[in-house]
Amino acid sequence: MFTKRIIPCLDIKDGRTVKGVNFEQLRDAGDPIELGALYAQAGADELVFLDITATIEKRKTLSALVNKIAHRINIPFTVGGGIKTEEDVSVLLQNGADKISINTAAFLAPSLINRFAKNFGSQCIVLAIDTKLEADGNWYVYLNGGREKTNTLTTHWAKQAVDLGVGEILLTSMNHDGTKQGFALDITSILSSTLPVPIIASGGGGNSEHFYDVFTKGMADAALAASIFHYKELTIPDLKNYLHQKGIPIRS
Amino acid sequence: MKTVIVKYNAGNIQSVVYALERIGATALVTDDAVEIKSADKVIFPGVGEASSAMQYLKERGLDVLIKNLTQPVLGICLGMQLMCAHSDENDTVCLGIFEAQVKQFNTNDAAIKVPQIGWNTITDLKTPLFKDIAENSFAYFVHGYFAALGKHTIATTNYVEDYSSALHKDNFYGVQFHPEKSALIGEQILQNFLSL
Repeated sequence: MFTKRIIPCLDIKDGRTVKGVNFEQLRDAGDPIELGALYAQAGADELVFLDITATIEKRKTLSALVNKIAHRINIPFTVGGGIKTEEDVSVLLQNGADKISINTAAFLAPSLINRFAKNFGSQCIVLAIDTKLEADGNWYVYLNGGREKTNTLTTHWAKQAVDLGVGEILLTSMNHDGTKQGFALDITSILSSTLPVPIIASGGGGNSEHFYDVFTKGMADAALAASIFHYKELTIPDLKNYLHQKGIPIRS
Repeated sequence: MKTVIVKYNAGNIQSVVYALERIGATALVTDDAVEIKSADKVIFPGVGEASSAMQYLKERGLDVLIKNLTQPVLGICLGMQLMCAHSDENDTVCLGIFEAQVKQFNTNDAAIKVPQIGWNTITDLKTPLFKDIAENSFAYFVHGYFAALGKHTIATTNYVEDYSSALHKDNFYGVQFHPEKSALIGEQILQNFLSL
């Protein structure tokens, strides 16, 4: 039985988890390794670590951190944030990351996807797309952490990126992110039903029903969330029990 | 005990090293024939493409070396596929340890994504490699090609169709999934291999 994946996301700055977490059983709530290990133990199917550190100097701490995570965590994990070159990818994979995620740099130079896929294999290249539904009824691609709008339709960019060799798409709806009102079901299902690669839905997951909806109506292969897990508004075992009872194939 | 991981042009070798460390074992990553031959256990890992990997092995004589090993050998993912007879991935003649043919997932169902990326169940478990592993346990898979069912099948998984998620012949074992990334189940399988 092939299952849907539940993926907690940890934002990292200068080697520490940001956005805050609320886990009493952690000695150090800012330590991404401890938090990741706790999620893995709770039944998370994969983890995503997004590095939001700005400077190249501090990025060196990232590869050391990835190395520590790889030693400790026994499930797959993706690392993203500011990846631009083959060397960036190579260092992260060599330190034990299973996949890397790319966003703005790939949009600005799409041939990057092709090169990464050739050198490292499509299976480890995740394309992150930040998308927003505009007044004209279309979903557009945003860059630089959602600060910069483009005139490119999300459906067009996703198709092009798959043709170039990305292995998965991590789709974040800026309209839904942080609202806890549910995932963007329409754009998720459009991508999932038209593209041959898995779609990871992100943004808006607030309760178990939202995850059920994104796996059924949204046809997502995986769903990602951050703060609802960090603040224990929803635990992974409770979420998985709910989905299992509702007939969604899920790893127990 | 000496455990060796065969070093070649395939990815994710380091993850196997770390997984072994988590279960208290150490491993030497090497392509040195003497080191590989003298090991008690040999792990042949791999993520990558079949024809370039076979080419690399041949150029270094590792193809003949691996085929003739007599201690327990565990192929992982591409490693397992390379131990089969032939792979449709760029029409590659492989090591021929297992009789299985490696084919590409072929589906017209848009809901089924290729490659398979994620957790799936393993069933009909045979041999001590799966000691203390429950039927229908979950393992982590990342692959677009698969080994067909056959007489060497020791675990079955369904994706598009039933296929071999593990193979065994004599001292050779292969798993399609990634034990190094399959949580506690994966660590138990690695432990079982080291205990063979």
